[in-house]
Amino acid sequence: MNVELKNIHKHFGKTYANKGIDLTVQSGTIQGILGENGAGKSTLMKILSGFIQADPGGEIILDGKSVVINSPADAIHVGVGMLHQDPLDFPPMRVLDNFLLGRSGGLFPNRTSVRQDFLNLARQFDFSLDPDNYVDALTVGERQQLEIIRLLWMGARVLILDEPTTGISASQKQKLFATLKKLAEQGMTIIFVSHKLEDVEFLCNQVAVLRAGELVGMTKPPFETSTLVELMFGKVVTLGDRQPAKTGDTVLSLQNVSLEDVRLKIKNVNLDLRAGEVIGLAGLEGSGQGMFIRACAGLVRPVGGKVFLKGRDLTGKAYHAFKHQGVNFLPASRLEEGLVPGLSLTDHFILAEEPTGVFIDRVAGQRLAEDRIKSFNIRGTPTSTVESLSGGNQQRAELALLQSPLSLVLLEHPTRGLDIESVIYIWSKLKDRCKQDGAAIIFISSDLEEVLQYSDRLLVFFSGKVSEPIDAATISVEQLGQLIGGKGWTQKGDANA
Amino acid sequence: MNQETLLVGLAGVLAAAAPIIFAVVGETLSERAGVINLSMNGTILLTAMSGFAVAYTTDSIFLGFLAGMLIGALVALVVAFASITLKQSQVAIGFVLALTCRDLAYFLGNPFMGVSGPRLQAMPISGLNDIPVLGPLFFRQEMSTYISYLAIFLAWLWIYRTRPGLMLQGIGEKPAAAYIRGANVNLMRYVYTVIGGALIGLAGPTYSLGVRAGWMGTISGLDGIGWIALSITIFGGWNPARAAFGAYLFAFLQWLGLVLQPVLTQVPSQVLQVAPFPLMILTLLLVNIGNTEWVDRTLAAMPESARKFTAKVLRAMRASPPAALGVPFERD
Repeated sequence: MNVELKNIHKHFGKTYANKGIDLTVQSGTIQGILGENGAGKSTLMKILSGFIQADPGGEIILDGKSVVINSPADAIHVGVGMLHQDPLDFPPMRVLDNFLLGRSGGLFPNRTSVRQDFLNLARQFDFSLDPDNYVDALTVGERQQLEIIRLLWMGARVLILDEPTTGISASQKQKLFATLKKLAEQGMTIIFVSHKLEDVEFLCNQVAVLRAGELVGMTKPPFETSTLVELMFGKVVTLGDRQPAKTGDTVLSLQNVSLEDVRLKIKNVNLDLRAGEVIGLAGLEGSGQGMFIRACAGLVRPVGGKVFLKGRDLTGKAYHAFKHQGVNFLPASRLEEGLVPGLSLTDHFILAEEPTGVFIDRVAGQRLAEDRIKSFNIRGTPTSTVESLSGGNQQRAELALLQSPLSLVLLEHPTRGLDIESVIYIWSKLKDRCKQDGAAIIFISSDLEEVLQYSDRLLVFFSGKVSEPIDAATISVEQLGQLIGGKGWTQKGDANA
Repeated sequence: MNQETLLVGLAGVLAAAAPIIFAVVGETLSERAGVINLSMNGTILLTAMSGFAVAYTTDSIFLGFLAGMLIGALVALVVAFASITLKQSQVAIGFVLALTCRDLAYFLGNPFMGVSGPRLQAMPISGLNDIPVLGPLFFRQEMSTYISYLAIFLAWLWIYRTRPGLMLQGIGEKPAAAYIRGANVNLMRYVYTVIGGALIGLAGPTYSLGVRAGWMGTISGLDGIGWIALSITIFGGWNPARAAFGAYLFAFLQWLGLVLQPVLTQVPSQVLQVAPFPLMILTLLLVNIGNTEWVDRTLAAMPESARKFTAKVLRAMRASPPAALGVPFERD
């Protein structure tokens, strides 16, 4: 289906999220949409998928016919389906019910024929989805697969994917890309929204770059990474070289630590972590790294072994004992576990300070907030509530909340969903803080490049197995990808790297 | 106790559970859509009084029930308007309504205190009532009891087997996802809250025109039933069939208290009167045990085969509230 967007404007208050965008995508094309956070990608896609409506004057033309899209239901009716970054599905319900929900028809749906349709579609794309499983037992990648075949079944001819490679494994990504190529060959139009240059470069036939609400460039392969980056940011940005940290005294020492929950058992992990060192945890989501990092924070109690922090035995102690020793944990879900929605930046900084007296010194709090906002380059005011900030700025606020002195920072997906400029900023700030306090870092990331770029050593997790610490300089992305997928492990459960 | 008295007693349990069933099924529908109707206790009292008053004045039991449904729907409409349109706290508005309706019932019900009025008569279903055991148990009941069987079945069928019912689950779970699948979330919330309210409004007349015929003001013994029904809805995992089980269990325990009183003379009668409440909670806690963390830990230690089976059983029993319960929906 040919998609034409003509003169799309959208303003929120005084700011323009989209400014006069014209975009034409031919049937069978995989169109990339690049742009940093806040460039207007999401707004444009929400307009096309009916979530919001463009300002009057714009036009959406599908296969030569002008259409009005007032809701997501309208959109799917004319053949436009969108795969959202956080899958919009129903976790406690079964896969088949999720698939079926929203399809019109008689009062009593015929589940046998629906199941048949489901299995046929899943087979066509080589997805192994169990229709009777519950969605909350699926990985993000599998939930995407479910949503893709659901949209196809609903009659989508244009598929919009919003940051689909965030939070899925390397092999799932391969499968997703293969699926998208197949769909494009069948004449579907794919619109692929991302800030990940490598994905866009690899997959797309055509890339549009948005900056500050405007379409600033349209390129075709072969793509020049530097050109794309310059288009995205309006300036040249570089990653910088890997810098091995000079390491100091042992901060954290794990001795034969074993952990378990319903699904996984992790046995006998030994690790000595030195000040200034960065350890990356790699693995498919749910391979045990989440439990491991929580054990380092004192949130999960080990079933065996000892945990020492700066020589002090903290085995089985609660989170507060760890925090008291300078351990800070920044969980993946910033707004659920990390920050308090509804409270302003000032409130957060006041809460994080050592309490002095019963009453709050608002004036000092305000000054503190202004200070931190400046030094951490947060786009917001002292009175902004945290949920009104963008993802990148929320993460900066979390860094600004790190306590002092600091001995160990634990981060879960520290840069998920952030654009490259924010990523670079966050990491340089983090490393600065750690150098200053002599702290060590452990982080989880599903982005292999990030793991290799920023860690000194790394641990690979595969369904509860944990590798020996691997020097990040000695391993390639490909090797790491294989280990994560369970290949290249020796009999005794160590990674053979 | 011979078989006949036992059957009569158990048939009484089914009848006594009928009003609670209307209330829990109504509340379940409303909460499945994401709206907590906390006014239930007041609604039951007000509809009990007004149902009786209307039936007494017009000499029509049907009109009595109809009045109950209308009033229940009206109270629910207030909850819906305040929470969906005005986006106010459902808990606050529901709680105030619970108190207001209760006091209104006592105040307006004064003229009808203790008068004797019409009441439902047993309606044996010919053909079915002669079946041994099952006949006297299920089919020599009043009309309202038959309707309560039907309410459980229809609500269950609707939620789990029909297309709109599936959407209802979705609306309570993740309204944004239901919205992209074409649901008019706020309209549906209105509809289900009002229908749920009408069902709750059946509970009152079922008491005052049947189970406990008449209106006795503060000594009617109906105050508190609504709160019990609210907790049965929760323990019932927002599933009408499970909630009905809770309602029957509660009615059964109350009956047991009465039956055992003459036998267990050394036990103070107050204990037997109160016992259904803690027993009820204990049973329901057991049913919902799969939600706790220590069970997860115990499971992890079990051998593989037993673990899989137990986990499956627990998963089937497990109930989590509709994730968007009490959360207003705004398309962004």
